[in-house]
Amino acid sequence: MPDSLALTESTYYILLSLLSPQHGYAIMQQTEEMSRGRVKLAAGTLYGALNSLCEKGWIIQLPVEDGSRRKEYRLTEKGKAILVHEIERLRELADNGERKLKEA
Amino acid sequence: MENRMTIRKWYWVWDFEKEENLLNEMAMNGWVLESVGFCTYHFIRCEPGEYNVRTEMHPYDEAYVQFMQDTGAEYVGRMMMWIYFRKKTADGKFDLFSDIDSRISHLDKIGRVLSAIGGANLLIGLVNSFSPARFGWINLVCATFLMYALGRIHGKKEALEKERLLRE
Repeated sequence: MPDSLALTESTYYILLSLLSPQHGYAIMQQTEEMSRGRVKLAAGTLYGALNSLCEKGWIIQLPVEDGSRRKEYRLTEKGKAILVHEIERLRELADNGERKLKEA
Repeated sequence: MENRMTIRKWYWVWDFEKEENLLNEMAMNGWVLESVGFCTYHFIRCEPGEYNVRTEMHPYDEAYVQFMQDTGAEYVGRMMMWIYFRKKTADGKFDLFSDIDSRISHLDKIGRVLSAIGGANLLIGLVNSFSPARFGWINLVCATFLMYALGRIHGKKEALEKERLLRE
């Protein structure tokens, strides 16, 4: 994926949630909490996204602990770099928007 | 009062949303999906509106069922490659897909299965057309029909792709 492409909201919030290790359901809850209920990740969407993010190497699945059946995931360095880049892109969007609105 | 009900109904593959609508209407009327069979839906009494029901094409995947259960959904059953889940309305909104991208991937998945079965029928049909068995036409009819289904799914996908140009 070229760096210039924007992340989807789902991908953005998944990466953001995985700065610390989380299982799937916690990602859904955190995303809803962070966006104050605006972004609700559906389970099928999240499952597909987690698998493709693992394939891309942006996140990794942690070894499953004994006695736990829930898989946990964590952001990789590559994933973190992409997240930082995206935050810069979003800042540019918001800054440009505000500046233009003030000028008008 | 009867506590169980069975409905027999056929849905074409491109009508999977209609199928899901029927299952949710039944739940609104106090009948929730309990198990599925070939063109058969078994329902059991519930409080009206107690459940939401969702279905999607998903090849057998134990980890996925586990994942869904972790989010509070109940696994109802599977038929062919379709999997059925339900979740109590009180436990929150229940959708399988929350963005256009994942809806498109779902349609792609359906498309891949239709192409594979359609392609196999075409091949068998062609081979059998030149054999003494002379049943090849059956496979050719199947292949034609599967290609039609593929077209319907592709149409749905195009509509979503058009929408994605403007929003997520």
